[in-house]
Order: sequence, then structure tokens, then C-alpha cells
Amino acid sequence: MMATQSASALSMTNITKRFPGVTALDGVNISLDRGEVLALVGENGAGKSTLMKILSGAYKADEGEISLFGTRVDYTSPLLMMRMGVAIIYQELLLAPHLTVAENIYLGRMPRTPLGTIDWAKARADAGAIIERLGFDIDPTTTVETLSVAYRQIVEIAKALSQNAKILVLDEPSAVLGDAELEKLFAIIRRLSSEGMSFIYISHRLEEVFAISNRTQVMRDGKVVGVKATKELDRNELVRMMVGRELSDVYPSRQSSAGETLLEVAGLSNRVLKDASIYVREGEIVGVCGLAGAGRSELLRAIAGADEARASHFNGLGFRSLFSSPRKGLSRRVGLVPEDRRKQGLFVDQSVGFNISIAKLSNATTGGVLAGPKEKELAQRYMSRLRIKTPNKDEIVGNLSGGNQQKCVLAKLLNAECRVLLIDEPTRGVDIGAKREIYQVLADLADRECVGIVMVSSELPEIIGLCDRTYVMRNGEVVQELSREAMTEERIMMAATGSEMVEA
Amino acid sequence: MANELGASATRAHATRNGIFEFVRKRAGITGLFLVLLLLALTASLISEAFLNPFNLVNVLRQVALYGIVSIGLTFVILTAGIDLSVGSIVAVVSVVTATLLNAGLGVPVVILAGLGLGLLFGLINGIGITLVRIPPFIMTLGTMVILRGLALTLADGRPIDVANSAADFAWIGRGSAFGLPVAVWIFIVVAVFSLFILRFTPFGRNVYAVGSNAEAAHLSGINVELTKIGVYSISGFLAALTALIFVSRLTVGEPTAGTGLELEAIAIAVIGGTSLFGGQGGVLGTVIGAAILAILANIMNLIGISPFTQQMVKGAIIIIAVSMEVFRRRR
Repeated sequence: MMATQSASALSMTNITKRFPGVTALDGVNISLDRGEVLALVGENGAGKSTLMKILSGAYKADEGEISLFGTRVDYTSPLLMMRMGVAIIYQELLLAPHLTVAENIYLGRMPRTPLGTIDWAKARADAGAIIERLGFDIDPTTTVETLSVAYRQIVEIAKALSQNAKILVLDEPSAVLGDAELEKLFAIIRRLSSEGMSFIYISHRLEEVFAISNRTQVMRDGKVVGVKATKELDRNELVRMMVGRELSDVYPSRQSSAGETLLEVAGLSNRVLKDASIYVREGEIVGVCGLAGAGRSELLRAIAGADEARASHFNGLGFRSLFSSPRKGLSRRVGLVPEDRRKQGLFVDQSVGFNISIAKLSNATTGGVLAGPKEKELAQRYMSRLRIKTPNKDEIVGNLSGGNQQKCVLAKLLNAECRVLLIDEPTRGVDIGAKREIYQVLADLADRECVGIVMVSSELPEIIGLCDRTYVMRNGEVVQELSREAMTEERIMMAATGSEMVEA
Repeated sequence: MANELGASATRAHATRNGIFEFVRKRAGITGLFLVLLLLALTASLISEAFLNPFNLVNVLRQVALYGIVSIGLTFVILTAGIDLSVGSIVAVVSVVTATLLNAGLGVPVVILAGLGLGLLFGLINGIGITLVRIPPFIMTLGTMVILRGLALTLADGRPIDVANSAADFAWIGRGSAFGLPVAVWIFIVVAVFSLFILRFTPFGRNVYAVGSNAEAAHLSGINVELTKIGVYSISGFLAALTALIFVSRLTVGEPTAGTGLELEAIAIAVIGGTSLFGGQGGVLGTVIGAAILAILANIMNLIGISPFTQQMVKGAIIIIAVSMEVFRRRR
């Protein structure tokens, strides 16, 4: 085989990856030619990241073959894949902020003088040359923290080039870039691809897919649902391919009977949010959709009092100014289920009972003293009400499954007697069986106990299957409100990507 | 239905193995207690003098003196903090109470003034750490140096003799009741009271929550700042209490008192199983930890190991105790 002359840069065939309880990738193929830009699109959880982690050597595939430049790769590791020319640039950049541009580019591989000391002059000169090749003018001696996010991305690309990368994976680069910066990035991609470098470009934003890619591959539920030359695709077809799933019976039936308004906020602004207005009524489940970085989590956090913000109007269960802290919010019975369960929601190394009672300990005390039987009764009430599967209340929460952990966070807020629940990604990292149970719990809370729920989700079927209304956010703004009848994945996607406004 | 069956099966299982279950859940404390027993047994075999009542009372006195400060540190470390200033607080309070006694103030006033001063220093630590957001290590390192300087300044570098102090003040450090030194009784009261606070009050629960996950605690409506200010105040207060016992026992206010006490106290808390990462551990472990270190020191004294060499052993024990914790976490 004339490996070096092969036109194929990468070919992954029949890749299967299973995690406990989930098949993340099911016989996936992907191929990439030299000098090609392939757009990889799909919803969250479609398997794009898992596939890229296998390519980077971070994960090992259970089945399947990988070939790079016509040579079969039998064993993968991050270091090996990097040496073979694969570089991945992640959304959250992995640079050392206090070091200079040159130091970052040559991190761990600084050029040496004959004496073995670092050859600063060469490092600077080489780094400068690479950046110039990219068509930019960045001083290699500036520290990375003083650069804009776009320039940091350039440094990442320069670093990849210095490692002789031949395949560059860009994981949602636009999430952190403005339009002008994106244009610069596109210019680099065009220039490097004309020099024979291959790109895999992961994005949610359809206009970018059309602007930069030669070919588009769509993934859904761990499978490839289509590969096509980008110029033969039209926007609607692409959205349908990405979404195209039938609503199954995982969603409970809802009785829409919205009561009085529990919480409303208008003109909510902070460093991320721009003039956002939403409201939620008794017994209502309201969705908040949008792309990563659109300000969904920030909206919930600002309402809960976890982030600073200002508003032109606020009414939360009779309270007239924004909550200054989560404690204030909880005392007014507005609670937040945060995005990152283990880091923000749970006391992972404490017991189930501890986690359930902590937000309102007075429910477990008599005369200011924690009473064992009362606390036990309280824990068991929520364990049975939310069907938390745990041997007993003394089990360490960290030992429970993701779904049961999420139920513990919900139980914590129910014990705090919340009337408004702000839930960020209710089913992230939760298996399908537990998802269904959580949906049922949320539906019961709204329908039977008249709790008002605002939920952020990246999974559109979840929003459509559960919510009475949904808001769509883009760039910190609430750009659209859709009623239950008007909610379709296509419409939500259109509004979220800003491709064209649809009549609501 | 299936759920209920499962639950009742679990319950039957739990009763059948009740004792084992009880021990398994408290594996840390049980193990620590076994170490203590083993150590006491070894001590009595090595030297007949160990079981001599005078010697035992001496060991207990040692446990009490270090134990009180260590319990204060336990509160702080449970919130994933650290308090390096306790030794210096002991010094300032020693010097001030000695001065006040010599000035002829009444014993209750002096005691209140001393305890109040410790509380105040703890409060300052807490405020610096929460409102100004200075890392605990730096804040208490700063107050450690400042307060040591303050003690030396106030006393002009010399011990302040209080040999002629009132008899009821001397009782704290030298008296005894029901066959045990008063200091030991004070320690027992502090330990029981602290155990109660940590186990049975919302404040105690919040201490664990803050140390376990400060971000989640904040989002769960816990007043993280107030909780932290509380633990540093407790630590300062208990350091002051230790100072009173020191002055009473030695009849002198030493500006160099309590040097290195913070390290001893941290060691005791950590050996007792309180995690430096916060959220794990408690008073019971600290009490056993204090006893382990005291018996160890006693054995080494009895068999004539020099105090210099003893330091090396103590240092090694701290490293072993922490590496055991790190190992446990990694599993």
C-alpha cells in the first residue's frame, strides 16, 4: 500500500461504543479526505463527542476500525493519535492563561539550546512564524489571558500546527466567537484546507455548516442518519435529519390547567442576559431552549438569585425585587436545580437523608434540635414519593445512579416547599428508564400540586413532550415564545439558530 | 409492589446483621478505637509506670489540653478551612489574663475577658475569610504572626508571673473534682457539647454541608459566610479556653505559650479522621486522635526517647494518617 499517497485522511468504520446501559455509538462510519472540511452535526447526545473522543484516543471503541492516511491504527492513545496528526480543539480551550503565546504553543516541548536550557529566541521566532502563516499578527510574548477568545483559538490552532497536525477537529468553535471572529476562523480553515489539511467541524449552527463545509454528516441517537455533499442539502432537510424522531410514550399525559401567575420577570439583564422576560403560572411547565451559550442557564440562575442581574419588573410569589441570593429565593419558595448535579446540586459524600433535609432543616427539628425519627420520616416520605432507589436513607448519595441523584436534588427543593422550580437539564446523564420517572414526577408536581416549573433542556423532544409553552433564547435574548400547539423541533431550531423567523 | 418487597427484604437483612452493619458504617472510628486500645495495651506492657494512676491522670490532662484546641480545629477543618492562629491566640489571651489578674480584677471578669478576646480574634479570622475572601491559610497565617507579635509586645517579651492569683482561678488548671483534674472535666464538657452541636443542630449540619460542597450549600440556601464565621469564632473561643487553663496551671502568662500548638491540633484532628478536604469526620475521632498522640508521647517519655526524636515520630504519623485518607478517597 502506498500509504502516504492515499487521498483518504481518515476512515473510521463500524465504530461501536457501549457505556453501562447505553449504546453511545452503533456501527458508525465516518470518512474524511485530504483537504476536506466535513461538518458533523446532530443534537446533544447524538454521539458526536463520543466519536471524537475515540478519534482522539481518549476512549477506545468496543468494535470497529480506524485508519489514518491509509494505515490501519490498531492501538490508540491520546499521545499516539496526536503524533499521527490528529488534533482536537475543544470548546473550553485548554491553554495556560498565565503563560505567553510561545510557551503555550510549545508547552512541554520548548526548544532547547545546546546547554539544555530553553531557547527562548527560537521559541518566539518559531511561534511567530506559525502565527504569521495563519495570517495573524499576535506577539508571541504576550500572555494568553490578555487575548480575546478568538485569538486564543488561533493560538490553539497554531499549537496544533506546531505538532504537525494533519486532521483538525473543531468542537463548536462558534459558541464563543462573534461574527467577525468567525469570518477570520473561516479564512484560516479555507487556507489550511487548500494546503491539504483536513477538518471536522462540529456545530449546531446551520449557516456555518453551509458556509464552510464540503460535506455534511448528520448523527442521531448514536447512528449516522445521512452523509451528503453540503451544496446538495437544503436547510429544512438538514433540520429534519437532525431532529426526525417520533415522540414516543416516554412522556406522561399532561392536563393543562394553568392558574395564577407565580413568578414573572421583565427586562432581565446581566453580563449574559439581554432584556429577557418570562413568566410561569401555577401548574405550568415552561421550557427554555436555545443553543449552548445562549444564556439559558444564566436565565435560571439570575431568577434564582445565584447570579447578579437587574430587571425592570419582578414579581416572585409577591416578592417585588430580584432575589439577592439563593437563600432569599428559597425563603420565597423559588428553588434552582442546577445544571451540574455533582458540583452544584448534591453533597456527594453525604447521605441521602442529609441531602434531602439540608435546604430546610427546620422540617426535621423539634425545638431547634435535629430529631432522628422526624428526619427519618421526612427522608422516607420523599424517597417513596419520588421513588428514589436506595437501600436506606443513610446510603451515600454518590453511590446512587444519576437518575436517583437527580431525584434527591428535587426532593431537597420539595422539602424546602418550593412553589416554583427552576430546573436546568432535568435529565442530563440519566438513563431512559429514570428519565421517564423524572418526567412523571415533574408532570405530577405541576398537575397535582400546582407547582410552576421552568425547565432548560437541550433535548427538544423533552421540551415538546412535557412543556405547556416554551421560550427560545439566542445570544442572551428571549427571541420567541411558542405555545404547545406551535412547538415543533423545526421551529425551535430555526429560532434558536436565527436562520429565519417563523410565525408563532 | 416490587419496591416494597425489596425494602422489607433490606430491612430484614439489616436487622440480621445489625451489629456488623453498625460497625461497618463506623469502620473509621472503630479502627481508630482499636488503634488506641492496642497502643494502651502496648504502653502497659512496655512500662509498668504507664498504668500508674498518676501517670494516667497526666496523660488525660495532656489529652484535655490539646483536645480542646483540636475540637475547635475540627469545626474549621470540617468546612474545608484551616486555622493557624490558635497558638498565637493562646499566647495573647495568656498574657492579657495574667495582666488582668495582676491588676486585681475579679476572676469571673478575667475569664469572660479572656474568652471574649479569643472569640473576637476568631471573628476577625472569619470576617477576613468570608467578606474579604482571603484564603483561610493566608488569613490565619497573618493573624498567627500578628498575634504572636502582640503577645510579645504586651508582655515585653517576658513571662508575666501570677503566683499570687486568687485560689478560685488556680482551681481551673490545678484543682480536681470527682477524682479527675478540672481541666479534664472542662474537656469532657466541650467534647460533649461540640458533639451535640455537630450532630443535632442545623448549624452543625451546615458545617458539614459547607465543607462537603460550598457551591451546593450556597444554592441550597445555606448562609455559607455565617457558617464559616461561626467555626472560626468557635476555634478562637476554644483556644482562649486553653489559654486560661495554661495560665492557671503554670501560674504564668507566657508570650511564647502555644507555639506550634496549631500544628499539633491539626495533626490530632487529621489523625482522628477529619478530612482536610472538608465534610468528613467529627469530634469523636478528634478525641480519640488526641488520646492516641498523648499516649504515644507518654510511651516515648517513659522509655526515654528524647523530645527531639519525638518530633520526628509525630511528623511521620501525620504523613501516614493523611496518606491513609488520600488512599481511602482514591478507592
